[in-house]
Amino acid sequence: MFELLQHNFVIKAILAGIVVGFLGSFYGNFVVQRKMSFFGDGLAHVTFGGISLGLLLQSEPFLVALPFTLLVALALTYLKEKTSLEIDTTIGIFFAISVALGIIFVTLNKKYISDAFSYLFGSILLVSINDLIIAFLFAVATIILSLIFWNRWSYATFDYELAMVDRINTRFDDYMLSVLIALAIVISVKLVGIFLVASFLVIPPATAKLLSKTFSQMTILSIFLGVFSSIIGLLLSIYLDLPTGSTIILLQSVIFFLAFVVIQFKQRRIH
Amino acid sequence: MIETAIEIDTVSVFFGKYCVIQNISLLIKKAEFVTIVGPNGAGKTTLLKVILGLIEPTSGRIEVFSKKPCELRFDEVGYVPQIKNLDRTFPAKVYELVATGLTGKWRFIISKEIKRLTYEALAKTGIENLAEKPLNKLSGGELQRVYLARSIIRKPKLLILDEPATGIDSVAEVDFSKVLEEQQRQHQTTILMVTHDWEYAFHHSDKVLLLNKRLIAFDIPKSVFTEDNLKRTFGHIGHEHTMQFIVDRNV
Repeated sequence: MFELLQHNFVIKAILAGIVVGFLGSFYGNFVVQRKMSFFGDGLAHVTFGGISLGLLLQSEPFLVALPFTLLVALALTYLKEKTSLEIDTTIGIFFAISVALGIIFVTLNKKYISDAFSYLFGSILLVSINDLIIAFLFAVATIILSLIFWNRWSYATFDYELAMVDRINTRFDDYMLSVLIALAIVISVKLVGIFLVASFLVIPPATAKLLSKTFSQMTILSIFLGVFSSIIGLLLSIYLDLPTGSTIILLQSVIFFLAFVVIQFKQRRIH
Repeated sequence: MIETAIEIDTVSVFFGKYCVIQNISLLIKKAEFVTIVGPNGAGKTTLLKVILGLIEPTSGRIEVFSKKPCELRFDEVGYVPQIKNLDRTFPAKVYELVATGLTGKWRFIISKEIKRLTYEALAKTGIENLAEKPLNKLSGGELQRVYLARSIIRKPKLLILDEPATGIDSVAEVDFSKVLEEQQRQHQTTILMVTHDWEYAFHHSDKVLLLNKRLIAFDIPKSVFTEDNLKRTFGHIGHEHTMQFIVDRNV
């Protein structure tokens, strides 16, 4: 297996896996804990609408997908704030609109159908240096922002009203978090595809939540699981000649079920 | 001259066309213990939220320690909410929640000193043994005590409690009273508490505020708990318990 590490594309893919694993599992803590798991899936599909529009306009798809997804993320947060609708409901609406638009955009210029559908699955092994640099810079920004905002986001995640009483600008934080999650999704979609990106946001934090007693523990464990599963899953996929994204997700799922069994076993011993 | 803690001047709150509180004016002095009594939907929680700066009044003016509520520092006010909006599935231990009382944030790492102070606050509310317990394993009454510990750890100038006795047993209720009295006496804390317990309001508060959208009465308990005031607040006082309460106190 170590021979694989001699190939440049494998090294790039591993680095991309580390970054995507980190981004997904870090922001995923808030997505899972705020019961917004559908948010990741919804925004990933919104990205599809943006990519299709980019292809139709014959420009760089991600330059169109990025503002498109950010706009929807902001709209979702605004609707959550201003209406009594649950966020899952509004995501459902935007999800449907974006996919419908995406399909229409793609069929308007059939030349790009195969390009558009390649984004559904991503291509971590074909990641470019530019993609990697952008993802890496965003990961660094995430680390810096988390040093400042983790304690505020966590507090509001725990009890929104208490955080407001303690003078935390929860409204600003909500919009910022939505934008950052949207950015993480757009960057990750390019590497792992629309179908799988939401899993990076959900499975490692969900596993970490099963095993953690505090939110700090959950954050650390989630990041570890996200990065670990990306590296091992990637190497396994190359070694076994399986699709990379699927292998990573299945590995994450296996870890999740193992954690579930361990917890059940422990609880039975206590009772 | 005794300092004014809260000054409310003709404050009204409307949610759309619906009037929640109307034209309320009152002064609460520093270190006073005021209980707010009124029927459901009287605007008690809304009034507390106006004082906390969570709700902007539709009209009128409010000052807390000569500042607008939103200008208060986080550690000037302690708050025990009625309905706990906490996420019960959030992985956390009791001392972590109490520590937010000191830091105003959810700390990634809690220093030994802060942890020691959280244990002290928990001891005051009689639940030091719960410090390391996961929050999702607490009963409703235990959670109330944790929230009280969280609010007193910062030694606030103003302590706001919204029906804190909900779900707690009679022993805990006595503990609660002791803690509040100690806060008032030792730290000159102004206490504002919503309660449905007239006995408690009568015996423990310096002043009682009877509220039913409008201010019905605001004075010492003996002057407030009159048949007329209670009728105006609750619509009727035909209940046997209510009549007995008035007769027993020769009000």
